[in-house]
Amino acid sequence: MKDEALLEVEFQARIDADEKIEPKDWMPERYRRQLIRMMSQHAHSEIVGMLPEGNWITRAPTLRRKMALLAKVQDEAGHGLYLYSATETLGVDRYQLIRDLLEGRAKYSNIFNYPTLTWADVGVIGWFVDGAAIVNQTMLAKTSYGPYSRAMIRICKEEAFHKRQGYEICVTLARGTPEQRRMLQDAINRWWWPTLMMFGPPDDQSPNSPELLRWKVKRKTNDELRQHFVNITVPQVLALGMTIPDPDLRYDEKTGNWLIGPIDWDEFWRVIRGHGPCNRERLQARRKAHEEGAWVREAVQAYARKRQQQAASTAAEVSHG
Amino acid sequence: MNLETLDDALRPALFEYLLRLGDDALILGHRLSEWCGHGPYLEEDIALANLALDCLGHAEALLTLAGEVEGQGRTADDLAFLRDAYDFRNVQLVELPRGDFAFTIVRQFLYATYACLLYKALQQSAFEPLAGIAAKAHKEMQYHLRHSSEWMRCLGDGTEESHRRAQSALDELWMYTGELFEVDDTLRTLTEARIAPDMATLQPKWREQVETVLREATLTVPEDPPYMATGGRHGHHTEHLGHLLAEMQFLQRAYPGAQW
Repeated sequence: MKDEALLEVEFQARIDADEKIEPKDWMPERYRRQLIRMMSQHAHSEIVGMLPEGNWITRAPTLRRKMALLAKVQDEAGHGLYLYSATETLGVDRYQLIRDLLEGRAKYSNIFNYPTLTWADVGVIGWFVDGAAIVNQTMLAKTSYGPYSRAMIRICKEEAFHKRQGYEICVTLARGTPEQRRMLQDAINRWWWPTLMMFGPPDDQSPNSPELLRWKVKRKTNDELRQHFVNITVPQVLALGMTIPDPDLRYDEKTGNWLIGPIDWDEFWRVIRGHGPCNRERLQARRKAHEEGAWVREAVQAYARKRQQQAASTAAEVSHG
Repeated sequence: MNLETLDDALRPALFEYLLRLGDDALILGHRLSEWCGHGPYLEEDIALANLALDCLGHAEALLTLAGEVEGQGRTADDLAFLRDAYDFRNVQLVELPRGDFAFTIVRQFLYATYACLLYKALQQSAFEPLAGIAAKAHKEMQYHLRHSSEWMRCLGDGTEESHRRAQSALDELWMYTGELFEVDDTLRTLTEARIAPDMATLQPKWREQVETVLREATLTVPEDPPYMATGGRHGHHTEHLGHLLAEMQFLQRAYPGAQW
């Protein structure tokens, strides 16, 4: 048996050679733990993320919008399922992960702890939040862990579609009545900063980053990704005749970057610790669905057991008959 | 016949009939969509959203056609979002609040059994655009029927609690099934023109199919109640529809004339 240190050297060599790590390969325990943490948080985010947008399904303004939004939220359920399965390749059980979420031990993306107050929020979430997710996930599609990478490639395609849908809602509002433009600007103002926080704390305060970069779990830093998103999004906001709620925002000719003012990291940490506008409501909604579904899940198990017994006794009859 | 060759004398009855079909699909789709994010587990969240999307798709096609038959330039969205409850023509069955999972499944089963028979027959409709919609809808409703029948067996023959909940939903819903087969002058006109099927021939088949699944599910067929709900086809609904519409139509009502 090889010793741990040698295995780690070989592991790092595979990573450096851009090989993908597969479920049955040897991996450092911390690598496995980090991936379980990231992937399950990602899965939980998809599931909790169904709630703020789901809030508008019954009020969507046209049949086409209603179907598109319903299909989008349904996609998120699919992503959650897919990510839970990918996480299970690391030797954890989906129902344990869900219990961790419901009992408040697991984290999910902070962004879903903010409320959706108007129809414009549905558009801006698609545009900003899915846009930010794409920036992050395009990077994660190249992550070193095979199942996560493949999940991201598939999910990214659907997210790109969601983003276009969201942006199209916003374009329609921007070209609409003064009331619709006001609705849109208000949504941009409320979602801008929380979206920028989605990329995580700044590089000098991100404890997990160096390790994750070395293992190529992540391939870019939080600040790099954030800057990339800002550079894409600012011109789009301005093109719609809307403004960014940042008095310090300026274009830097030298680097070609849009430079933003300071992010309120106190807010970020406060919401992560459970004190955002909707943290309690979101978890309560998940718990309620889970608890109300308990009798259904029990029925499924009982029914399956009965069918098995029946099949077994039929098989016995056949073999004795 | 198609839109061009349609006899003008048939237009009012056909418009009315298409509203009935379209409103059933719309209101049921809306109720199903309320489950999104709140299902008993993820797979079922996805399945219920699929059912909702099918129904909303049927609604869009049927209401678009209704608008064309009416010939006043109304779109599917105009019909969905700008009519008051007394102009809706759905059966009361589909507007009842979603209830627990058993209630949603039993309703879906009763409705899908009906819709499969109806859309199958409508594929022979003399009005070609309707026959076309029916062909697609029939295929999708067969999936609804398989899905809900399997759940009926599972809930009915699962645990004591699931059996009790399914039976109680069935008992509650039974009085709303009479409306599905009501015949009035509108329907008689269209049956005569071979646009709509003869509902009297569908009802015994519905009853037989429903009873077969209920037996497999170890559930008891309810006795016919002293009062069968009625009125939906003529715009008289339960108190629930108004609330549903207040929510569904909110944006169109609050911002008249805006594009979305």
